[in-house]
Amino acid sequence: MAEKPIQGEKRVFMTGNEVVAWAALAAKADIMYGYPITPQNEIMHYWTRMAPKYGKRFLQTEDELSAGFTTLGGVLAGRKAFTATAGPGNTLMQEPMSMAEMMRIPSVVVIQQRGGPSTATVIYSQQEVTMTTYGGNGEGFRIVYSTANHQELFDYTIKAFNTAWKYRFPTFVLGDGYQAKMRESLIIYDPEEKGVELVQTEPTLGREAVNGEKKPVHIRNTYNTEEELYEVVTRYMEEYMKYAPEIVEYREFDCEDADIVIVSHGVVSRAAKGAVQELRKEGLKVGYFRPVTLRPFPADQLKAVADNTMTLLLVESSLGQMAKLVKDAIFGSTVALATLFKPGVGITSEEIVAKVKGMF
Amino acid sequence: MSTVPQMPKSWRVESKPHKFCPGCGHGLVLKALGEAIDELGIQDKIVFGADIGCSLLAWDFFNVDTVQTHHGRTTPVVTGVKRANPDLICIAYMGDGGGYAIGSQHLVNAAARNERITAILVNNCNYAMTGGQMAPTTLPGMKTETTPYGRDVKEAGYPTQGPEMVAAITREGSYVARGTISNLKQLKSYIKKALENQMAGNGFSFIEALATCPTNWRTNAKDTWAFLEKEMTKYFNVGEIKNHAMKEGE
Repeated sequence: MAEKPIQGEKRVFMTGNEVVAWAALAAKADIMYGYPITPQNEIMHYWTRMAPKYGKRFLQTEDELSAGFTTLGGVLAGRKAFTATAGPGNTLMQEPMSMAEMMRIPSVVVIQQRGGPSTATVIYSQQEVTMTTYGGNGEGFRIVYSTANHQELFDYTIKAFNTAWKYRFPTFVLGDGYQAKMRESLIIYDPEEKGVELVQTEPTLGREAVNGEKKPVHIRNTYNTEEELYEVVTRYMEEYMKYAPEIVEYREFDCEDADIVIVSHGVVSRAAKGAVQELRKEGLKVGYFRPVTLRPFPADQLKAVADNTMTLLLVESSLGQMAKLVKDAIFGSTVALATLFKPGVGITSEEIVAKVKGMF
Repeated sequence: MSTVPQMPKSWRVESKPHKFCPGCGHGLVLKALGEAIDELGIQDKIVFGADIGCSLLAWDFFNVDTVQTHHGRTTPVVTGVKRANPDLICIAYMGDGGGYAIGSQHLVNAAARNERITAILVNNCNYAMTGGQMAPTTLPGMKTETTPYGRDVKEAGYPTQGPEMVAAITREGSYVARGTISNLKQLKSYIKKALENQMAGNGFSFIEALATCPTNWRTNAKDTWAFLEKEMTKYFNVGEIKNHAMKEGE
């Protein structure tokens, strides 16, 4: 058996899907359950090539329902288990993830967004934001990291396992087809050598007997009365709200004196960053705000920015799924809102620059 | 001689009397399962998954690690547990709707992959928890809430032959049988073999248990038993269908 998958750190040039497989190995994930769907397939391809060398396992299931529910089984057995999906697969994944929310099962799912609705395109979008943050028949007790580049795909995939197991909410890494398929350079590393502690896992089902005595557990997602359910959901929400400030992540720059702040997430925020830098060079007062966690959302931080500027320009590759989160976060603010929405289509710096110039 | 009915040791006394309707077959299937677990001495190794529907009422039935799942999804949950920790003995407990309708793709594929788990499916010819709708196993002509004039095979097809289907798609190492609560000794022996088959790492084990549902059948005790023994067996043959000891083609 080979030793550590990554010794020290290494500069590499690879696709985002390959990055995710390496990150899962680096995070000491034990088992992946998966079902083919573009554009996430190569996560499985790389995992199935590399994982057996390190004693890791893979199960190809019959669909995403099964991929999700077997992942839950793996986690309940105490293993770091994960799956990856996209689009219509993400739709099916909502059923197991609602069970994960109710039973506080720390599952990790990597989503590489593709076009929607329906089969749409296999290529790219930011149209799985609503579903990934608030999907299922519940209240959105989940954590969603929206990554922008390959370094973040690596960092946040490792982090997702830690976050999931620490807080016991299902955790998503929300990428997209561009990030999945594009090659980019990044540093991969052994997290522990870098001082990143990997959270220890523990089994819920199948614990060993202690001193010859076994205390069986009975875990449930069904309740008999409204009051019982109300108590559970209220407790979960209180815990979620308590942890949210520790979990929330965002990036901002040049917002202090900005007349317009561009709000975007994921790969689109790279175009926004380029646009802000260029517009600043031309002397236009433009700022940048990017939620990294879409759930929980950096609401207070964005509210503060909104209260200090004239206009938020919301830019995303969907017809306003992030915008809904933004509006919810800044409720009560009198800031003006402008939008650049291109559902299922990439957005360039040039387009954003042109849009902003038209607003001044 | 004790006059108290003997409960299997693996049963959870605090949850008795159980919550199934009077005359329901689930209690007897779970008695056979409890005794099989006791005789094999595997209580501490079991992970028991309960499907949604009446099967869910089994969730606090045993003193074994138990997980509630979603309707039809018990097979994949239990598969995930077994794949992650093969030392455990994993049981998926479900009804005919969970196994043959909403979860049929999971049953078929778990069988095809020869998952080392034991699935126990209770066949009572209807969706009982939801009020007695037609199930994949509803008999031709049988009246249910969604077939008030009787199941018309031209509209709704014939009852699913579950164990026969599973036997057809599994290869060496599988164990498939159909038992009935009207022959508890035999049912227990099937369940025991199914568990032993998993413990030996041979392959997928599947038991269908014919069971009663007087509440939704709207039958008295005599007619309930007559339906189980005379009507259901017209379509569902009781016996071992596949034993890993059998050779291919036998």
